[in-house]
Amino acid sequence: MDDNNQQLVIAVTGLNAIDSPGPGVAVIRALRDDLPKNIRIIGLAYETLEPGIYLHDIVDKTYQIPYPSAGSDALLARLQYIHQKENINVLIPNFDAELYNFIKLGPALKSIGIQTFLPTQQQFEARDKINLYQFGVQHGLMVPMDKIIYSSNELFSCGEAMGYPLVVKGKFYDAIVANTLEEAQKAFYKLAAKWGFPIIVQQFIAGTEINIAVLGDGKGNAISAIPMRKLYITDKGKAWAGITLQDETLIQLAQTFVQATNWKGGCELEIMRTANGSPYIMEINPRFPAWIYLTAGAGQNQPAALVKMAMGETVEPYKDYAVGKMFIRYAWDHITDVSEFQQISGYGETASPTPPKEGL
Amino acid sequence: MRLKKNIASSESGFIFNPGTGDSFSANPIAAEIFLQLKDGNAVADIKKNILAKYDVDTNVLEKDWDDFNAQLREANLLDI
Repeated sequence: MDDNNQQLVIAVTGLNAIDSPGPGVAVIRALRDDLPKNIRIIGLAYETLEPGIYLHDIVDKTYQIPYPSAGSDALLARLQYIHQKENINVLIPNFDAELYNFIKLGPALKSIGIQTFLPTQQQFEARDKINLYQFGVQHGLMVPMDKIIYSSNELFSCGEAMGYPLVVKGKFYDAIVANTLEEAQKAFYKLAAKWGFPIIVQQFIAGTEINIAVLGDGKGNAISAIPMRKLYITDKGKAWAGITLQDETLIQLAQTFVQATNWKGGCELEIMRTANGSPYIMEINPRFPAWIYLTAGAGQNQPAALVKMAMGETVEPYKDYAVGKMFIRYAWDHITDVSEFQQISGYGETASPTPPKEGL
Repeated sequence: MRLKKNIASSESGFIFNPGTGDSFSANPIAAEIFLQLKDGNAVADIKKNILAKYDVDTNVLEKDWDDFNAQLREANLLDI
């Protein structure tokens, strides 16, 4: 991929660079660091106030797409429209909730010339938190014991088996540490009301929170694995600062995961490392994390490598990275005009090529 | 008493453990001892240097040394 090649057009979702950020903006920054200067970035947004829509040095043009609940047919129709205008080469989805549709649409997208680099439906479902314990047992990975429950009556036996504290988790998001049966019951009803059933009750593991950004080539090779320790955690549990670590155990864990699953694409392993050094996998997120730009900073640009593989290039596994490389996130008030907001709100896409600068 | 091989430190007293991401600030005397440990100097030699360089009683040095050792262990900076 050199600057003389035809312009590469890459569509990216997850432009919500907010306090619980989507990875899109970080993914794009990484792409712009390593790929030819003339790449064109197409933002795909669900909501009109996703900050990336308005950052024109990051995203060239943004289109709204239908929510995942609208189904894959609606998404495909919208993507076909966008593709007619933009001639997209590669599409990188960045939300858990949208991945099902994008994986399903993979062959259809490929047939019109849009490449993706995603796990299979089987891989995607195997690492789902509902299946995680079984997944760990199957592949010899350390995963906390858990039980999937549908009734609060089952909490008593969970407490007996796992002891307290234990963790009560929602089907999609949220986790509450419960120190007593009463606290567990309260958490059960709260999470069931918010996310529905089932509820996951998980053994509590005390330790240090570490995340690993991983890129698999779909053939069992980990092209890159960068472990990061969260240094500053927001009240939503998100890393606001972090640092790359040197730990062969963590790299090997990532390689074992990729080899066992033939994982294709980016993912994030959420690890709890106990005082005696045992790394438990707490969750596996099937897409790049919001801190993915740190991989570029550390010398293993995972988003750029993913695009190269999606375009058919062979990428050799990275060997080295900078240990002690840090990221510190910041909030920045971006000023724009209401005309831009009305453009995306009214037409479902930003103006092209240059957004309006004046008032309405 | 042996430091982990990959521990980084500076003359300013900044200590970084790349395996855990932990960092620490050492006071000047701790930083001096730390750098000597990093250079692989024997504990007995370091103590001798400290006694020769500073106005400190042997008993006090031993007590402070034990405390320093415990802190390094607690901070996960020593090879067990």
